[in-house]
Amino acid sequence: MTGLGGFAGPVEGYGERNPWRRRAAGLRRLDWTLILSVLALSVIGTLLVRSATFHLLTEQGRDPEWFLKRHILNLVIGLVLGAVVTVLDYRLLRAYVPILYGLACVGLLAVLTPLGSTINGSHSWIVIGGGFQVQPSEFAKVGLVVVMAMVLGEPRDGEVGPGRRDVLLALGLAGVPAALIMLQPDLGTTLVFAVVVIGMLAVSGAAKRWIAGLVGGGVLLALAVWFFGILKPYQLARFTAFLDPSADPRGAGYNAQQARIAIGSGGVFGKGLFHGEQTAGHFVPEQQTDFVFTVAGEELGFLGAAAILLLLGLVLWRGLRIASQAADLFGTLVATGVVCWLAFQTFENAGMTLGIMPVTGLPLPFVSYGGSATFANMIALGLLQAVHVRRRPFD
Amino acid sequence: MTNRTHLRLIVLYVTVGALLLVLVGRLWTMQVLEGRHYRQVAADNRTRDIVVPAVRGMILDDRGRTLVRNRTALVVSVDRTSLMRQKDHGRAVLTRLAGVLGTTYDALATRTRLCGPGIRRPCWPGSPYQPIPVDDKVDAKRALQIMERQEDFPGVTAQVQAVRDYPRPEGANAAQTLGYLQPITQEELDKRKGLKVTGYSGVDLIGRDGLEATYDADLRGEPGLRKVLVDSQGRVTGTAQDKPAVPGGNLVTSIDAGVQGAAEKAVQDAVKAARSQGKHADSGAAVVMDVQTGHVVALASYPSYDPSIWIGGISQEQYDALLGKKKGEPLISRATQGQFAPGSTFKVSSVAAAVGDGYDLRGTYACPGSYNVGSRAFRNFEGESHGDMSLHQALVVSCDTVFYKFAYEEWLRDGGTKPKKNPSDPMVRMARQWGFGSKTGIDLPSESSGRIPDRAWKTAYWNATKKADCKAAKDGYPDIAESDPGRAAYLKAVAAENCAEGYVWRAGDAANFSVGQGDVLATPLQLARAYAALANGGRLVVPRIGRAVVRADGTVVRRLPDPPAGKLPVDPQVLKYIRGGLAGVTKSGTAAGAFNGFDFKKVDVAGKTGTAEVYGKDDTSWFASFAPVKNPRYAVVVMISQGGQGANAAAPAVRQIYEAMYGLKNGKPMVGKDGRLPSELPRPQAVVDQEASGKTGTGKTGPGRKTGPSGRPTTGPSGTAEPDGENGPSGAAAPALDPSVPSGAAGTGGTGSSGGTSGPPTGLAGRRSGAGAAP
Repeated sequence: MTGLGGFAGPVEGYGERNPWRRRAAGLRRLDWTLILSVLALSVIGTLLVRSATFHLLTEQGRDPEWFLKRHILNLVIGLVLGAVVTVLDYRLLRAYVPILYGLACVGLLAVLTPLGSTINGSHSWIVIGGGFQVQPSEFAKVGLVVVMAMVLGEPRDGEVGPGRRDVLLALGLAGVPAALIMLQPDLGTTLVFAVVVIGMLAVSGAAKRWIAGLVGGGVLLALAVWFFGILKPYQLARFTAFLDPSADPRGAGYNAQQARIAIGSGGVFGKGLFHGEQTAGHFVPEQQTDFVFTVAGEELGFLGAAAILLLLGLVLWRGLRIASQAADLFGTLVATGVVCWLAFQTFENAGMTLGIMPVTGLPLPFVSYGGSATFANMIALGLLQAVHVRRRPFD
Repeated sequence: MTNRTHLRLIVLYVTVGALLLVLVGRLWTMQVLEGRHYRQVAADNRTRDIVVPAVRGMILDDRGRTLVRNRTALVVSVDRTSLMRQKDHGRAVLTRLAGVLGTTYDALATRTRLCGPGIRRPCWPGSPYQPIPVDDKVDAKRALQIMERQEDFPGVTAQVQAVRDYPRPEGANAAQTLGYLQPITQEELDKRKGLKVTGYSGVDLIGRDGLEATYDADLRGEPGLRKVLVDSQGRVTGTAQDKPAVPGGNLVTSIDAGVQGAAEKAVQDAVKAARSQGKHADSGAAVVMDVQTGHVVALASYPSYDPSIWIGGISQEQYDALLGKKKGEPLISRATQGQFAPGSTFKVSSVAAAVGDGYDLRGTYACPGSYNVGSRAFRNFEGESHGDMSLHQALVVSCDTVFYKFAYEEWLRDGGTKPKKNPSDPMVRMARQWGFGSKTGIDLPSESSGRIPDRAWKTAYWNATKKADCKAAKDGYPDIAESDPGRAAYLKAVAAENCAEGYVWRAGDAANFSVGQGDVLATPLQLARAYAALANGGRLVVPRIGRAVVRADGTVVRRLPDPPAGKLPVDPQVLKYIRGGLAGVTKSGTAAGAFNGFDFKKVDVAGKTGTAEVYGKDDTSWFASFAPVKNPRYAVVVMISQGGQGANAAAPAVRQIYEAMYGLKNGKPMVGKDGRLPSELPRPQAVVDQEASGKTGTGKTGPGRKTGPSGRPTTGPSGTAEPDGENGPSGAAAPALDPSVPSGAAGTGGTGSSGGTSGPPTGLAGRRSGAGAAP
């Protein structure tokens, strides 16, 4: 029994005739800790998005709950997408991987054509119309995870890890979308790609020299960029501003500075939800998306912000647990890829608001506002669940 | 799952856990350990302090009439800091502004440059962080032009401000008494605690002279502080704290606008009359004082000026033309800063001294046409001889030789040219007791102290001048010798004597002193105070103008106490005798002509003329008086510099003042039935004015400069309004002029004097013989 509408594989209650009972049994196999953590993050995120936007919307004379409504809609669509992915047999996914990968690359290519739009300084969007736009790089993350998992997760006999051919193929497949994203330019997503590739390669059992080579290559690349001035000065300034935001408080360091002020002023208990003064004065730009963590820091204080990090930690822990319990290497690698992706984004996003990472345009998983990101995150959640429900029976 | 995969998954676990721990640790550091710091930064970031200027208090007369009030004016100001930030240092903006205001770029540029060494007015003497008013007379249309096109006029604001206004009730000008405002200097601003420098309010003015300076702290009020919440664009989103401005108190003075106006007119008329008689009559003053309390009812000084010229700045040309030497330096109050030889008005002190020294009050004394002081003959006025007379008569006819005799005999008793160890100098000591030679302590800045030349002064003066004298004694005056050899020889002799023994207190010095000549100098105020003491039975009062500080609703903030009075060391009987003498002056004495036809029944006036000779100039005309004789209430002193005889210029002016006060000619009497001016504290009449201008102090949001407080780079400047602290209306007059310009203050006090020092140094005993006479 495979395909849509049912769980396949070594499922508890397998052979149950009553489809309702079978489905109930399937629901029990879901990782509810993971789901509840994500739901909790989504609820908190919804409130923070509202807090970050309703002042400005009110001032602009627009519907103060516009972002709130859009965010809830995004979450609902995202959860449906995640549910669909969950019920899919992820092993069948392999068959669709080339299509998914192709679509991702086409989307990224389309961004670079006149179809693409620049929003907030990043040329990452395709405007569909009717107020909707898609950010293909978010979906490309999903594509990257599954295509890497497919290439590196081929069943192998007697080999500890993937061979040179597989590694090079995987790198080549990852390189194409990564290069397209670099062209946008979207440094944050490129870094996500790098981390995902390295993480998945490592867990797939690839030889150490590959890992070391990649890390070393990355460092060399960064040095080359630095020395040969490939980045424009303003890009470099923006990237390094986090080291000393007060050096240019009205320019490159503004975001970093204001983010720190908002979070730092929250104290232990915060100023109360919807009562953040820095938030109300919208001192922090892009607060509902990339800097949503500053709302948490100011309004919910250390307790609230740490709780968000704890919930994200729960998500990552469950993801890693799913990776280690997966029925096959493909499942392990899918879960690993998702964890690397979410982990890096969490660290980078929270880190930049806390002044320990450079400012890049990455959303906080499950919390930030943003349709494409929410959909991609929920699909990732679905992938984790899909691997989980088909885990090894005795583990 | 292979072991390698398993192992690497564990590494991943650890890595993820470690990263999360780093985040939480950092969060703890920022929010818990450094939370206080960030909260402070956030507050600074989010709130803006706005100084709400306090409305400056009014200055009222004894009936509550406003001498100084505020009116609202549309003032265009330029923010230097903002201009300097522009690429061309604001040239384009100022050029456009000049077009709107109908002036030139150069004019605006010079107005807005900072004063400093080597920079002539016009320039800005105030704080560089304060907006500089460049026009306070713009009409609403042009102000709108500026406010609506803020993008064309960054750093320029047009706003409603309160500026000082002088309604001149009853024609009272009193410019020198009232004083004026000036922008506060940076040093003063630094010293003034509690007032945060916003650089955006017009409060930063300070009283620079007159009552505005003395009572600056009372009039100034306390600026309010409004903390407003602003968003990242600088838009006001709410008010965090609102400490309203406390308007300045209104100063109730003892000046009576009616009497003040009459006194000013009397002095003016006297100057005119003297000029028509061929006298120079370059300046004059009148003082009217309540003899019982020392309250100054009128303080007039001629020439005067319109104090509103200070508002909105004044150029060097304007300053020179209006306030310079050519116009007689109208900033200087001749009443309190002018120092002149008092002439015979001084004799009241000399009589008291002589009687105190043992001369019989009821005795008979000879009044020959001249009296030999040492080897020199000192003559009476016009050499007239009056025969034997009483002291009473000596005052009435102003006989000088009687006083020369007293002075010479006293001088001889003190040892003459070889003085005793502790000479008694009764006349000098007495003059000091009457308040001459020291400041009266009136509540006005830069009062002059006059001069009582005594032995110590002579020595000091000799030390200062002997070098030049000794040189002149050797070399003579060759340049003068060419045209006038006789005069050159005389001057050489003078220099020789001064060189050798200029420090000696000579018989001639003593004789001149007794009749208020020589090196004696007094201010009209000092004389008025001395006559008040004579009139009130010997209490030497301290003159006062400020009486109380009251709020607009009439409640008294504080009463200004009258300082304790001194005591004349004179028997009341002697004072009474002198008063009797002075009462005769107006009827049968030197002032009988001036008071011919005066209604003495209504008010009996007593007084003394004075005609002080000044080397190279016309005589200083004095009349010092008090009235009524029976129950003295007011002392009136008029001085006309270069006005001629006391009886001719000053006495008619005094008569004119009395006539106005008591309604003797036409017009209602200013004094009440009890013969007094109102003594109850009045309620301010112009409460309405005060409230109207009070509104301007609270301010509403005006057009703003465009930089947001945290200037988010992505948005840049976009016609956003700033909190009104940057353009809130100010509660005080628009400022004006370089404070370093002598405001008739220290350093120029001597300008009004015309004492013996203006000629060649005093010397040769008896050099003034024939010149020291006074009618």
